[in-house]
Amino acid sequence: MDLARLTIHEAAEGLRSKTFSSVELTKSVLDQIAKRDGAVRAYVHVDEEGALASAARADERFEKGSPLSQLDGIPCGLKDVFCTKGLPTTACSNILRDFVPPYDATVVGKLKDAGMVLVGKTNTDEFTCGSSTESSCFGPSHNPWDLERTPGGSSGGSAAAVAADECIYALGTDTGGSIRQPAAYCGITGLKVTYGRVSRFGVISMASSLDSIGPLTKDARDAAIVLKAIAGHDPHDTTTPQLDIPDYLNSLGQPCLNGLKIGLPKEYFSEALNPEVAQLVRDAAAVLEKEGAILKEVSLPLTPSALAVYYIICPSEVSANMARYDGIRYGPGPEAVAKGAELELEEYYRQARGEGFGPEMKRRIMMGTYALSSGYYDAYYKKAQQVRTLIIQDFQRAFEEVDILLAPTTPTPAFKLGEHTSDPVQMYLEDVFTVAINCAGLPSLALPCGFSSEKNLPVGFQLIGPQFGESRLLQAGAYYQTLTQWHQMRSQIAMPS
Amino acid sequence: MKLTKEQVAHVANLARLGLTDEELERYAHELSGIVGYVEQLESVDTQGVAATAQVTGLSTILREDAELKKPLAEPAELLNCSQRFDEQSGQIIVPNVF
Repeated sequence: MDLARLTIHEAAEGLRSKTFSSVELTKSVLDQIAKRDGAVRAYVHVDEEGALASAARADERFEKGSPLSQLDGIPCGLKDVFCTKGLPTTACSNILRDFVPPYDATVVGKLKDAGMVLVGKTNTDEFTCGSSTESSCFGPSHNPWDLERTPGGSSGGSAAAVAADECIYALGTDTGGSIRQPAAYCGITGLKVTYGRVSRFGVISMASSLDSIGPLTKDARDAAIVLKAIAGHDPHDTTTPQLDIPDYLNSLGQPCLNGLKIGLPKEYFSEALNPEVAQLVRDAAAVLEKEGAILKEVSLPLTPSALAVYYIICPSEVSANMARYDGIRYGPGPEAVAKGAELELEEYYRQARGEGFGPEMKRRIMMGTYALSSGYYDAYYKKAQQVRTLIIQDFQRAFEEVDILLAPTTPTPAFKLGEHTSDPVQMYLEDVFTVAINCAGLPSLALPCGFSSEKNLPVGFQLIGPQFGESRLLQAGAYYQTLTQWHQMRSQIAMPS
Repeated sequence: MKLTKEQVAHVANLARLGLTDEELERYAHELSGIVGYVEQLESVDTQGVAATAQVTGLSTILREDAELKKPLAEPAELLNCSQRFDEQSGQIIVPNVF
């Protein structure tokens, strides 16, 4: 049996029945990394020793019959923006290349308390800014379904690691689609949570009003298990409301679709959408309809503006968040200084930042600084914030008519590495179906729903709910996965050789 | 709108971002493309619409008025992330401002 292929719930069962140990499970995952990661490049740092030590401790707990949780002893990959005490956390940027955090992010602490076996840190676009992992200072990850293609981004390393069985589950962040788009491209399940549902403390910020944290998993049940472990209020993050955490595992896999009103936003089935992707997403909707769901076309008229809103608000907040990377508190500082030159402070900043940031970060810092600068603020940032209000109202109206929304996750299957690197606007268009959900702070569950006929690449759809409506999305998603097998498909590259 | 190289240089200075001449040219071109794209928002009527800065519905969140718990990391550990941390004085030394 190839243990690395298991889901969390399968592995948890095997550990409890002592069919295998956490050390065996972890070794299977590390073996998979040794075989595959030279080609996939999902990880930027693998902590083999730490993982095996955690696994041995988990096995002791299983021996005593007192595991900490369903996640106890299960190997996990973390996107390299989650602060991990004593382990490098680089945001895949040269400016943080040597950074080793002195404490854990809140979610990392929660997962450690739940018994996580941390395998390593996964690749991301620099500071999570991108849709392909190509802006990582370590170079891109490769899609396990076709190594010439991107796994998506920015959580592309996490998605590729899950799809290639190089971990049992992973965490990522989603600011404009960075969990859902790579989940779709890699044929796995990804959950973007309601803004504030999961603490962001200790996770390197990109755009603070849009950032969210969530799991990338092999099925919806696993996403529910991870969410249960990481959700909730955190005194260190004032944007996390003190709301009860529902039992996300409750009634998963049970029929739940009878009478469920599902809206298909017509603007998401526009000309931008590849016809084959459109058909596969409609097929997924038909599966749900057959089980009693009521499909209804709805309209979100502001959809075409959402990307423009995003590409003002996001870089503006990026430029503010990146101000702290000045080569003094973090980063190596200018090369000239290392060689002995003395620089006046402002010149020190200019050189440290100019050398430390890659091209996409510079582009966003420049765009954000421009949009926030005197004389342009009202025309760009304020205008975008106003249109953001209208986008939120669009969704509120839709949720008066339907319970959840169903839409494609991406306009096309995974594109080739290098295909969009010379044209930023074309790259940004990859996010056209995901960014509005972040603008409104809604939860969205991305699920696989088929393969493109020509290239055999995964295609996905997303279920979108009102704020804090994760339970219903997970129930619908888990039930969909009892009716379909798309989530069980594995790429040939990820198969044991 | 087409951004000039001079405008881009001004923005780079505001951002304290050292760019080469070649980068200034490139970003003038690329930012013009992005600005051109986002200017479509001009056609959206936002008369009287409030701006959304955050979506939590929360406001003025204060911590409990109680003794702080043990910090997650000691000050020296946090400062030690800086390459310019001076252990002897316990401070980060920055270049002269004047």
